[in-house]
Amino acid sequence: MVDGAAGAFACNADTPVLIAMERSGRKAIAVGCRGGGCGFCRVRIRAGAYRTGRMSRAHVTAEEERQGYALACRLFPLEDLVLVPARRVAGTGPP
Amino acid sequence: MSLTGVLRPGYVQLRVLDLAAAVTHYVDRIGLDEVSREKDGRVYLKGWDEFDRHSVILREADTPGMDVVGFKVASDGELDAFKNRIEAKGIAVREVPAGEQPGMGRRVSFVVPTGHRIELFAQVEQSKTAPPIMNPDVWPSEPRGMRATRFDHVLLYGPDIDGVTAFFTEVLGFGVAEKVEMPDGTLAVWLSCSNKAHDIAFVKHAEPGKFHHAAFFLESWHDVGHAADIIARYNVSLDIGPTRHGITRGQTIYFFDPSGNRNEVFAGGYTHYPDHPTRIWTADELGKGIFYYQKELNDRFLGVVT
Repeated sequence: MVDGAAGAFACNADTPVLIAMERSGRKAIAVGCRGGGCGFCRVRIRAGAYRTGRMSRAHVTAEEERQGYALACRLFPLEDLVLVPARRVAGTGPP
Repeated sequence: MSLTGVLRPGYVQLRVLDLAAAVTHYVDRIGLDEVSREKDGRVYLKGWDEFDRHSVILREADTPGMDVVGFKVASDGELDAFKNRIEAKGIAVREVPAGEQPGMGRRVSFVVPTGHRIELFAQVEQSKTAPPIMNPDVWPSEPRGMRATRFDHVLLYGPDIDGVTAFFTEVLGFGVAEKVEMPDGTLAVWLSCSNKAHDIAFVKHAEPGKFHHAAFFLESWHDVGHAADIIARYNVSLDIGPTRHGITRGQTIYFFDPSGNRNEVFAGGYTHYPDHPTRIWTADELGKGIFYYQKELNDRFLGVVT
């Protein structure tokens, strides 16, 4: 589930959390490239065991990975998870 | 020959998180051909309708994005002239020796005001699978996947749009085909060194050196629909489309490679000539300029970069 948002959604162990969220119709986490590259779907895992695929070190450093940060498009649950969105606000982009 | 100076974008080198997944994406989905794999790990690809040895280079790394985009110039003499002109502007130039990329001649390498590394080269081997030239069939063998014919252009994000525009026009001889003017200055610029509506484009962004997309050319609007079918069938990460840009008039679809680098495949676009005036879009009509049908800006399309 995503803390403080519109409730829990189901996710298989072999489906990225972000893809499961999109299929459920929820929008609690921002959807970017879905490839571990852009950082839009950065989250912090508050509870639960998980594994991750390779993520851009520009968005999740090794230290942040140890602190429980991940990109939801590269996050696979091993049990029920509690997440909070943690997208870094970039400097400024176009409007 | 009336097209002189900088001829066209020649190659783009992209960083990917998973090389095997990237090769499947660029070869099987987009339809590029694999040219070679080298000892340093880089994989070289080309479009089926390109004569030069390679146009896309993939390199595995910890962060996706673009290492460099290289432009082909008409002759060795022009390469030296460009080098002198760039140095005269106070920009540091590095000479990359011939052979650093297989089949590639010497390169002139420098960083432009948006923080991107740009290179120029004059010589490259012709592809062993180049399109036929004697009584040529329409293709050497039927194109695969999205049937992309060639690497076409990149769009890059960085600061100092005025500076990069001045560099490309005054030093490299590009024309400004189109631009977006906001109350606080130029937001974006589409630059052409040819008859194409753009050979490179830049959008204002605080962080330097960011990559928005690499684009590949398709023959028709029907091929854009076929690309959409492939994106759906193989669950390629879709960004937006099929749609059309007001800017350049391209018929287009955007999607992401498996490491989050954005790709475009597109058809159409108007013909640019050096004497044509610059087309201008303003803030109040920008939605139509970017997505001509939807007319609304989209956070993912504008915000996702690698």
